[in-house]
Amino acid sequence: MLIAALRKELFLQWRTRGQFIAVFVFGAAALLLFSFAIGPNAVALRTFSAGFLWLGLLLSSTLTLAESFHAEMENRAMEGLLLLPSDPRALYYAKAIANWIQLAILGVALVPVMVVLYDAGTTELPKLLLVILLGTAGLSAPGTLYAAMTAQLKAKQTLLPLLLFPLIVPALLASVKATSYVILGDPMNQAGSWLTLLAAFDLIYWALCGMLYERVIED
Amino acid sequence: MRMAANDNVAVCMKGVTIEVQGLARRYGARWALADVTFTVPPASVLMVAGHNGAGKSTLFRVLATAIRPDRGTVKVGGFDLVHQRQDVRKLTALLSHQSYLYESLTARENLDVVADHLGISRAGVAAALEQVGLASRAGDPVATFSAGMRKRLSFARVLLQEPGVVLLDEPYGALDPPGFDLIDSVIGELKRRGATILMATHQLERSAKLADRALVLEQGRVVWEGPAEAIPC
Repeated sequence: MLIAALRKELFLQWRTRGQFIAVFVFGAAALLLFSFAIGPNAVALRTFSAGFLWLGLLLSSTLTLAESFHAEMENRAMEGLLLLPSDPRALYYAKAIANWIQLAILGVALVPVMVVLYDAGTTELPKLLLVILLGTAGLSAPGTLYAAMTAQLKAKQTLLPLLLFPLIVPALLASVKATSYVILGDPMNQAGSWLTLLAAFDLIYWALCGMLYERVIED
Repeated sequence: MRMAANDNVAVCMKGVTIEVQGLARRYGARWALADVTFTVPPASVLMVAGHNGAGKSTLFRVLATAIRPDRGTVKVGGFDLVHQRQDVRKLTALLSHQSYLYESLTARENLDVVADHLGISRAGVAAALEQVGLASRAGDPVATFSAGMRKRLSFARVLLQEPGVVLLDEPYGALDPPGFDLIDSVIGELKRRGATILMATHQLERSAKLADRALVLEQGRVVWEGPAEAIPC
């Protein structure tokens, strides 16, 4: 069931891939605007680059997450799948994994933009990739649940970030810290503890949101 | 019938009884259904009539487990609608006002998604499309379909599920005259296979020829029940 649902999610994403390009341009534009706020201060830009990357990713993620339920709500397609019947948890994990993949690709795609705008390069690419994978997993799990909750509401564009942003502060903080250590150097080897916190956050929220999803989408 | 997978299939093959007792459902302060009671014998067709807003769609959505009842009990094939939701869902298929289709996918891909989620072979997809007259448009996105074609594709979706209970909410809506004939023939075929069919419609004369019994809803209450051919027009 999970494989079937995931195949459908990835197929839908592929069919609406133009949306991904729009979200990437939005994220890149956000990074550009952040650099204007700092001004021509190379040291400050590099120091805050990790924070800007994750803020850009966070703002873009609300578009991705909300869009992932657009097709489900258009003709109540999600209800149609539930009535087949489908396991709500399988539907949730398929959607969350598909969103995770999309956000991780978006995160990786924004790294070169960050390097160019903030001169924030690093040679520790595998470690940076690990942070992006764990960080975007932390955005995707609760983000998918809240996107499902708000998908049928008129004020979904406002409510989704209002609900999501406070919840993911620990994941955002850990992601920014870990990314900073990867970019600026980590002489005291502190990135590991932030990655552990991030992994724990992911574990808890992936389990919790999977359990709560049925209550959210069923009448 | 979905014969391969589980014990419920045996129930499908024998036909499924629907027992509704004191069913009520409200939206806010307004009762959309109030104290609705009826029984549908296995392998029979029940026509549900009533004006707009009488509660027909709400009744069908409750029976399909899309929404929960506020009061009353419903048994579908012996399964309780509230506590054995997934078992009821295995037996039923709903043709709703909503198409349940993905706009960006083609007709074939939409049915492939259903087949994959049901865990059945995709081999039946082509036959279902053929049956509703959409074989030549199988590769076209649903977004390019007219309302009538969407209705036909939704019907193919129902056929693919091979249900024991078929809930048809306005099956003739948006269809052209050949579409009417198509629906009639498919309903007849489903009945011959032993499916229990509930059909909400405004096409009373046409549906009365297919149905065994009928009931009329008014403001959420059953105001008439009897043989289909005797339904008050």
